[in-house]
Amino acid sequence: MNITEKILARASGKSSVAPDDIIFANVDKAMIHDVSGPGVIKVFEKLKKEGMNVDKLWDPSKVWVAEDHFVPSAEKISAENIVKLSKFTKEYGIEKHFKYGMGQYGICHTLSHEEALVLPGEVYVGGDSHTNTTGAMGAFACGLGHTDVAYVLLNGKIWFKVPETLYFKINGKLPQGVMAKDVILKIIGDIGNDGAAYAAMEFGGNGISAMSVESRLTLCNMTTEAGAKNGIIEPDEKTSDYLAQRGAADYTPVHGDKDAQYAKVYEYDVSELEPIVAKPYSPENIAVVREVSGIPLDKSYIGSCTGAKYEDLEAAAGVLMGRKVKIRTEVLPASISIYKRAMENGLIKIFLDAGATVGPPTCGACCGAHMGVLAKDEVCISTTNRNFPGRMGHVESQTYLASPLVAAASAVTGKITDPRDL
Amino acid sequence: MAGNVIKYERDNIDTDVILPGTYLKLHDYDEIAKHAMEGIDPNFHARVKKGDFIVAGKNFGCGSSREHAPIALSHCGIKGVLAVSFARIFYRNSVDGAFLLPIEIQEETYKKISDGDELEVDTQKNEVRNVTKNEVYTMKPFSEIVSKIIAAGGLFKYKPD
Repeated sequence: MNITEKILARASGKSSVAPDDIIFANVDKAMIHDVSGPGVIKVFEKLKKEGMNVDKLWDPSKVWVAEDHFVPSAEKISAENIVKLSKFTKEYGIEKHFKYGMGQYGICHTLSHEEALVLPGEVYVGGDSHTNTTGAMGAFACGLGHTDVAYVLLNGKIWFKVPETLYFKINGKLPQGVMAKDVILKIIGDIGNDGAAYAAMEFGGNGISAMSVESRLTLCNMTTEAGAKNGIIEPDEKTSDYLAQRGAADYTPVHGDKDAQYAKVYEYDVSELEPIVAKPYSPENIAVVREVSGIPLDKSYIGSCTGAKYEDLEAAAGVLMGRKVKIRTEVLPASISIYKRAMENGLIKIFLDAGATVGPPTCGACCGAHMGVLAKDEVCISTTNRNFPGRMGHVESQTYLASPLVAAASAVTGKITDPRDL
Repeated sequence: MAGNVIKYERDNIDTDVILPGTYLKLHDYDEIAKHAMEGIDPNFHARVKKGDFIVAGKNFGCGSSREHAPIALSHCGIKGVLAVSFARIFYRNSVDGAFLLPIEIQEETYKKISDGDELEVDTQKNEVRNVTKNEVYTMKPFSEIVSKIIAAGGLFKYKPD
């Protein structure tokens, strides 16, 4: 069995599982946020009306809550959703509630690794499609809707079809100017928006061993954009060091067997890879940056679970240091812990000196909700993960998905720019 | 089930167009429904009738896990979406929440069905009858667990064996 199969076998109490098996897996961790949380509350209300007992969660200590999509609240409904979440966590005894304006908070997927909330070998589900991100820690991490998450919160388990696994063997070291974001955009461009539909995407090879944990998180984050059920990377010393720095050491890592089976194996030599963007209106619509360089832009956005981790900010700051932005540039660290490190190490000053605005952690502009949405015909280069019509604002706005290096270089010139050409 | 077709000739109809992100703060189902398909069809809510079907290409519902997407469609009256393929979370949400039937059809069936056609869907026989064109197509049968969850009326009413 490969790592995904072994985790799911253990979680469903079976000695082995194979692709297409239907299992009920015991869940180790579950997450809701200020969109899926009120959605779950609505499901609970409906169940209560139907006479079901919803007085207790299966295990409140395994549930955590993020406030990220609609904070800071721009209007009454969002504000009321935050109040609802607080009432819910109080009523059900959920202690891990990361509140906006009260110390550490941030984008749910960023908290999952920054706070070591998900550990190798675990089954983790979240009420958000980018829950896949945390598979980079060697966990089975999968996004679900409100009904499914409500079911998990009450029963501690959920049904899955065991996915077949696509294995991506990444060889070589990333050249200068190229980041994990370019690797995953290249893969999505090759296999398409549904190239991994219902499947697991596992990444391995010496290119992965050479990558930081944060880079691996970027890869797994965007497996969602290829339709994958989960993205996953076998844990190694970098994973355990990362977790140890965050006080987590008590877990049982899972590795695939030597004879692990894969539905398909893809090999990539990334040592020759070039910076890549995904053009509007789909993550699969990729182009090499130098093929589209010069396209005029209105905004550069450096934010989100995909592109505002510490190393993303460090990469962007490296480009912006001593330079000025020519277009509206917004930098939003993905969590308060990252924000603080960026401040302590001088990155925030670099952004401000360059003329960029630095905002609080939020999903706001990434999903076109608030805090910097795009107007009609505006063109944005963004470190986020999706660029469907209307994703970041007006349905006739345009988003190019890119790495933090490309987004920062493009901020300096005001047009799409390869960072190596600055 | 019988109704008329609202057809979108495109693949990858994602959750951002089914229910744009700015409305994710809404949790009143009727309010959510007012904005269904707003990303590509602002008139959808005005023209959709109870029992209508959506017909589309591959990878319907890709993108976010928002359950708002099937909620928006079902609370407009959509009973089923017929698509060449579905993204997994949209599919699960439709079934587990008992909002609508995600029906997988062949590429050629998708091409044959026109906007406005009257369809009858028989999930027992796995048949889609096009009353307007007097044609019969096959639909991909639901898997065993999906059939059982649909029959039970959603995941919470389903009792695992």
